[in-house]
Amino acid sequence: MATHGVDGAKVREIAHLARLELQDAEIPVYQDSLSRILSLVGELDRAETAGVAPMAHPLADLAQRLRADEVTERNNVERYQANAPRVEAHLYLVPKVIE
Amino acid sequence: MNKTLTELAAGLRAREFSSVELTRALLGRIEAAQPTLNAVISITQDTAFAQAAAADRELADGRAGPLTGVPILHKDIFCTEGVRTTCGSRMLDNFIAPYDATVVAKLKSAGTVMLGKTNMDEFAMGSSNETSYYGPVRNPWNTALVPGGSSGGSAAAVAARLAPAATATDTGGSIRQPAALCGVTGIKPTYGRVSRYGMIAFASSLDQGGVIAASAEDAALMLRAIAGFDPRDSTSVDRPVPDYAATLQESVAGLKIGLLKEFFEKGLEAENERRIREALTVFERLGATLVEVSLPNLPLSVPAYYVVAPAECSSNLARYDGVRFGHRCKDPRDLTELYTRTRAEGFGAEVKRRIMTGTYVLSAGYYDAYYLKAQRVRRLIADDFARAFSGVDVLMGPTTPTPAFALGSKTADPITMYLNDIYTIGANLAGLPAMSVPCGFVQGLPVGLQIIGPHFGEARLLTAAHAYQRETDWHRKAPPGYE
Repeated sequence: MATHGVDGAKVREIAHLARLELQDAEIPVYQDSLSRILSLVGELDRAETAGVAPMAHPLADLAQRLRADEVTERNNVERYQANAPRVEAHLYLVPKVIE
Repeated sequence: MNKTLTELAAGLRAREFSSVELTRALLGRIEAAQPTLNAVISITQDTAFAQAAAADRELADGRAGPLTGVPILHKDIFCTEGVRTTCGSRMLDNFIAPYDATVVAKLKSAGTVMLGKTNMDEFAMGSSNETSYYGPVRNPWNTALVPGGSSGGSAAAVAARLAPAATATDTGGSIRQPAALCGVTGIKPTYGRVSRYGMIAFASSLDQGGVIAASAEDAALMLRAIAGFDPRDSTSVDRPVPDYAATLQESVAGLKIGLLKEFFEKGLEAENERRIREALTVFERLGATLVEVSLPNLPLSVPAYYVVAPAECSSNLARYDGVRFGHRCKDPRDLTELYTRTRAEGFGAEVKRRIMTGTYVLSAGYYDAYYLKAQRVRRLIADDFARAFSGVDVLMGPTTPTPAFALGSKTADPITMYLNDIYTIGANLAGLPAMSVPCGFVQGLPVGLQIIGPHFGEARLLTAAHAYQRETDWHRKAPPGYE
């Protein structure tokens, strides 16, 4: 496993991937807490896991169900968009993306 | 007001009091306790009185079911149609849920009355209820202490007799740990037993809805109402729901109890251990047998969880983008800033820390070393449990290493807080049902006994807990001032 230290550049990279704006003053705070968390997580190295299949889900025999391709929901656009910050003609408005 | 849900329901059916009267009394208690405990985020008085009046008509007509007219609280993680649903976050401060969670819909059709929505750690991420945007909940046994989390509001409210029961959720201990610290009974069902539809997602392979109540008997009634197959949740299990109340009186003579060796090792405070051992002697007296079992990989639960849960959290919380619902920052320059500033403003420190951790462990170059490794260890832990259940009926041990701790005492270092869930996380990783049952006090603070069962073993847990509660009265103790 990688070393558990996290530098400032890595914190910025992760924040970018997570789409979180960070202030400069927050960088060392995240460096510290991520390093501590990764050091805790590093205990996993103690476990011998060669040949062990990763477990993504707690119920082994559960398969994803399929259903008939039928419309089961009414169109609730008005109700759902009532929570939207900005809508117009059933479209969500965001800052201009293309010049 | 120190009555169980079962007793209140009987009083309603006997017409000793009406649902409207009971609702009015409990709303009064909630309002009176709010400045001290901060257990609720919203009080839904108008809905409550309308539902109570409807319930009284059903009670008069003889159409009433076992829960008709019983007032309850919902954790603010469950969507409630037309009612603000915040998940304890600024991100959803303005969110009016457009539909009911399945748990809410089922309890509504069972005739319960919704009094309000309980306070919680933000997005259910926390073990002390201190990460809520709406301020911490305080423990009714001592208001300088935390109630536990993330379902801290539900646990404090039931402990303070503000409602006989409350819904709750458990991803790493969020039902059992606050139930233990507040001296009430909590059950986290088997993964897939209760629908997650309309339950705001944190870590989808771990999250499970359940109940906090005053007794196992009450929890049995509530669980019966909320459990069952739901086509709207792709991980819901299609399997009949037993009548949990019907098997409550069964004897525990011959029950094989496994004592989790790893739970009695370092970290468990001596007085807490004494209360747990005393509880175990009650089961022995009732004819159960105790045998020590070892789950060698269990001590790796916390590290495995703090990879898996943040990874799933970072993916689930990507939906909060300021576009379709929830908080949006003011005057973003461009789309990227809309996302980044909305999320920086809308999420609190612990949620951001988990998103950052999850993003890190899923990022290129780290995925195998952290995420796949944790998933492999998760299987080792699940296999340990499966092996244990081939020899015993239930596992028992402490719910928490210590009683409730002081507000602010574990907020500086995230690891200290994370380690508080050391005994509860294993059941989530393996998807097992587990309970916490009050089993005495340490210096005036409640202690919880944890009972873990095999998949779909809820009836066995409730029967064991009920047998214990017939022999003891710890679950009937109310905090001073809230009797």
